[in-house]
Amino acid sequence: MEIKLSEPILEYNDRLAEENRALLAEKKVYMLDLMASPGAGKTSTILATIDALREQFSIAVIEGDIASDVDAQKIKAIGLPAVQINTGGGCHLEAAMIARALEALDLDGLDLIIVENVGNLVCPTDFDLGENAKVMILSVPEGDDKTLKYPGIFEVSQAVVLNKIDTLPVFNFDCRRFEDSVQALNHRAPIFPISALTKEGLDSWTSWLAKEVSGVVG
Amino acid sequence: MHEMSLMTSVLETADETARKSGAKSITRISLTVGVMSDVLSDALEFAFEVLSPESPYADGAELVITQVTPRSRCQVCGLEFDHDRFHRSCPSCQALATELLAGRELFIESIEVENGD
Repeated sequence: MEIKLSEPILEYNDRLAEENRALLAEKKVYMLDLMASPGAGKTSTILATIDALREQFSIAVIEGDIASDVDAQKIKAIGLPAVQINTGGGCHLEAAMIARALEALDLDGLDLIIVENVGNLVCPTDFDLGENAKVMILSVPEGDDKTLKYPGIFEVSQAVVLNKIDTLPVFNFDCRRFEDSVQALNHRAPIFPISALTKEGLDSWTSWLAKEVSGVVG
Repeated sequence: MHEMSLMTSVLETADETARKSGAKSITRISLTVGVMSDVLSDALEFAFEVLSPESPYADGAELVITQVTPRSRCQVCGLEFDHDRFHRSCPSCQALATELLAGRELFIESIEVENGD
């Protein structure tokens, strides 16, 4: 006997993600899923973003790492709530992990949650966490060909941040070629060239994010 | 990708469906996988070989994977066209503004079960 299912393989994750999304919408909290490879500057971009937006919004961070709580400690050191998720070898965050992290946060007092996904350009792409937007960071030293090698993550991102532009003089990174190849994969995503270190270009990125968050928070 | 965890999820769904229907065993699991999902059929088959003997229903079952070729519509000239994993610009007007219609599927289509009687 054949039983028809036509059920998404990630149905369980997708269902939990929708529950997270509904909870966040009810509490008027915007959640950003920030994805990048290890060392692209996720934490330093988050710190620079917080610095620019903390007057305007109440912010918390959910840190996803295979091990350690060094990132959560950096967020707590600047006086913001942070929840560390250790995946214990897992290469991406899933909606169930986010659901548990949301329980540990006071959602009534928050406007923006930044989720720092596990450093990986492949697996986080497929897992809906219940976020309002997925954004990815590529850094200049990684090379302008990463769009060709990891197309999936560029395709699902609502915006692309190009970090470490202060290092452009010492790397053979063709910005034009990078922008054209991002466009070819995802013509809707704006690209924000920034340096989290020198703060160059940061304004256009944080203005975009502030507008997104305001749309949810009101 | 993470084909092992995907297959774990497939087998959980299949076992649960078989249990609810009162079946004795699962003889076939059919999946639909879009090429744009970056999920490898070979890796799914390997995961199935490793994991299905642990399943209470699916040990010895057959795995059938149907691949879906990507298809997009050009938002400039309206052309619908099939394409490969990496080239999605419009073959007619070369526009980059195209919308994916099919190719990112990741579905358990059906299972075939054998009843106890």
